[in-house]
Amino acid sequence: MKDNAESYVTEDGRTIGPVVMEMKNITLRFGGVEAIKDISFDIREGEIRAIIGPNGAGKSSMLNVISGFYVPQEGEVWYKGSRRPPVKPFEVAQQGIARTFQNIALFEGMSVLDNVMTGRLTHMKTGLFSQMMWRGAAEREEVANREVAEKIIDFLEIQAIRKTPVARLPYGLKKRVELARALAAEPSILLLDEPMAGMNVEEKEDMSRFILDVNDEFGTTIALIEHDMGVVMDLSDRVVVMDYGKKIGDGTPHEVRNNQAVIDAYLGVAHD
Amino acid sequence: MALIECPAGQPASVPALLHRNAKQFADAPAYREKEYGIWQSWTWSQTRDEVEALALGFMELGLNEGDFVAIIGRNRPRLYWAMMAAEMCGAVPVPLYQDANAEEMAYVMSHCGARFAVVGDQEQVDKILDVKDQLPEFERMIYLDPRGLRKYDHEHLDQYMAVQEMGRKNREKHIAELEARQAKLNYDSTGVMLYTSGTTGKPKGVVLSNRNVIETAKSSSQFDNLQQTDDILAYLPMAWVGDFIFSVGQAMWTGFCTNCPESADTMHVDLREIGPTYYFAPPRVFETQLTNVMIRMEDASRFKKKLFDYFMAVARKVGPDILDGKEVGFMDRMKYRLGELFIYGPLKNTLGFSRVRVGYTAGEAIGPEIFDFYRSLGINLKQLYGQTEATVFITAQPDGQVRSDTVGVTCPGVELKIADNGEVFYRSPGVFVEYYKNAESTADTKDAEGWVATGDAGFIEPDTGHLRIIDRAKDVGKMASGSLFAPKYVENKLKFFPNVLEAVVFGNGKDECTAFINIDLTAVGNWAERNNIGYASYQELARHPQVMQQIQEHVEAVNESVAEDEMLSGCQLHRFVVLHKELDADDGELTRTRKVRRRIIEEKYADIIGALYDGSEQISTETEVTYEDGRKGSIKATLEVRSAKVFADNRKMAAE
Repeated sequence: MKDNAESYVTEDGRTIGPVVMEMKNITLRFGGVEAIKDISFDIREGEIRAIIGPNGAGKSSMLNVISGFYVPQEGEVWYKGSRRPPVKPFEVAQQGIARTFQNIALFEGMSVLDNVMTGRLTHMKTGLFSQMMWRGAAEREEVANREVAEKIIDFLEIQAIRKTPVARLPYGLKKRVELARALAAEPSILLLDEPMAGMNVEEKEDMSRFILDVNDEFGTTIALIEHDMGVVMDLSDRVVVMDYGKKIGDGTPHEVRNNQAVIDAYLGVAHD
Repeated sequence: MALIECPAGQPASVPALLHRNAKQFADAPAYREKEYGIWQSWTWSQTRDEVEALALGFMELGLNEGDFVAIIGRNRPRLYWAMMAAEMCGAVPVPLYQDANAEEMAYVMSHCGARFAVVGDQEQVDKILDVKDQLPEFERMIYLDPRGLRKYDHEHLDQYMAVQEMGRKNREKHIAELEARQAKLNYDSTGVMLYTSGTTGKPKGVVLSNRNVIETAKSSSQFDNLQQTDDILAYLPMAWVGDFIFSVGQAMWTGFCTNCPESADTMHVDLREIGPTYYFAPPRVFETQLTNVMIRMEDASRFKKKLFDYFMAVARKVGPDILDGKEVGFMDRMKYRLGELFIYGPLKNTLGFSRVRVGYTAGEAIGPEIFDFYRSLGINLKQLYGQTEATVFITAQPDGQVRSDTVGVTCPGVELKIADNGEVFYRSPGVFVEYYKNAESTADTKDAEGWVATGDAGFIEPDTGHLRIIDRAKDVGKMASGSLFAPKYVENKLKFFPNVLEAVVFGNGKDECTAFINIDLTAVGNWAERNNIGYASYQELARHPQVMQQIQEHVEAVNESVAEDEMLSGCQLHRFVVLHKELDADDGELTRTRKVRRRIIEEKYADIIGALYDGSEQISTETEVTYEDGRKGSIKATLEVRSAKVFADNRKMAAE
């Protein structure tokens, strides 16, 4: 086991930083249903961390715990070296955690650019009144934020749809716009909930390239949930495998692939 | 023919022109590029500084005189500057097609022995790294967009801005040498080397001297009265001679501003924002735009559609005459004015043509309806005829003498002659120096007196002096009956129908002509949508009985019009198939400039051609296809072979 506070270099030459977020013995219940049972794992700075598992394994619930949307009944979430108390979603955003959703949650009537700009909200400091007057500080702030938004639009190659209302876009592009909005917050941890669900091979390849480029270019730590095993194995540095709310595997893609419990969960074994 | 010498006091090279512009038009915009949603612009003096910094950086990296520098990427100011910087250092810029695959790139780069390459992004870097083993002379690569390249081994890789920075830092060390090298450049030194797209065989490197570039730019700018205040949009491949002459040659000569779009997808939005005054597009672009307009009008409300139809009828009637300055009745003139207010003006604005003063199309024949449509709106669209070996300009249409069926009169300084077999020859100051490392082809193409064979067959109209092109000279053949066979003539007539994207006509040495046809998925797809016809793929739509029926009607209409031409009435199409796949450059069926490669198509689809001639009613076939990422697959299909009605030559019958 690597030391929590130390960086290390992976076999393919990627530098992975110290632990930035740690889940300690998380248990989450909905009434009588235990969605997550006593799970612990960590996320290191600069890595791509995947959470995989069959349907109903509790992956999205886990992501919601990380994003602070669900408060677990038991266990602790440690973020940047201190224990995180129960928080409101906007506080999580302020702490530098951004996410995308499994079922796209964009403002359909607004243009792509406006959607991306909403991602900048946590970076806007001027008050309502000066925003209304739109003079001096408010104007300068808007220009600065627009520049960040435009760089992300350029990065994700969505210039051609900048002014297009989101409702008119095809699914694959909406996913990309959602990623753009999450990136606009300049997060230190980016949570992606099934970024490649429902995409064709070409769209998946594009999305994979964008995820790798984001991680590479901005050094963003990424935690993602994904079904497509091929994609997960290619993209991620470390993988957590869940099944029926329990953690059944944790390690590099290679380790996980050879883990008997994981193989059983995916290929299926007779349950006692 | 004696070579024209550079007049005293006139800059004799592209870098010299840059220095002149930096002095003369110092604060006027030279380049614009849309980035991060804003048009960034550089003045002529800023451009000079940027180019010089890059050239100094090249020197620091060890670029020698006579080296070749490959330039690969979409149109961006910094890549144009790289061309100029290379020439400043006495090296030769070689722009390549950015969509070329790795093998095509390897051939060209090893043929010229490029030592340096300046590329746009990771995609191009990867392609070159793939074939690096085949390029013994290749040393360094400079890239523009750093995305995804952070972790690459940077031993032979530099970022563009870093090279400029390196140049600025080492200015003292190299500036004297750089100036000495620039002073050596004259009319005879090489300005650029461009590879022809190669309809036949391997691409050939066409060497163009500063004389070719500057003399051509000078006379063509005068011909169209281009101004320093003009604006163009640079969006056509940088490897194509036209783009080099418009965006570098003429831009340098007259000092107008070259605007680069944000990305290929945003071209139409950017076109509209810039509103170029001087615009070039191949017929395909005009066709696509017209198709889009028509499709959108089909979906418009009834009132709008009526208004559009009414005023377009007015425009068709009097628009071209008004543009040519001819007499038009008072009432018609008033109606046209109203039309301008309600329809033409807004439409031109949407298309981005509000400010176009001079527009050109070339490369292929343009359909008369398409041509007239744009002219009737008041857009001064003209045709020109040229080729890489002539530094573009051979003939062009002067204002007021524009017709869709000719390619215009000889450009200033150009001489024309027609050989006995109909092939067109020309001689001009723009005639290329040589094909690089290919003396044999040079001698085949250019004779001792400087006449160059175009490879096109045509004739000069006696009364007007306009040149008319019929077809490629080598494609023009004889039918078994002895009558003339000109496939392109017929193909173009077919392609003028919006439903037909591509056509290939066969029949050389045969009794009758036959054709392959590709439907236009945009136009036919829209029709299918409006008529509630479901389809899953190109293949399925292409074999739909109603689509086949429409194509049959088009073929018969073409036959009827071909029958009217005495010389070519033998070229009527007796049988045809609608192909199961679109002809594609990735499969080698078209060139990168989308010209049909007949020989390859004849080999590849020999079975279908067989069926066209043996009377069978259908043919099962399997075709290999290459996907964009290089993987291969195959398509199986059963095609219906249809017979079309042919027409007797009416006039001949009457005479007999």
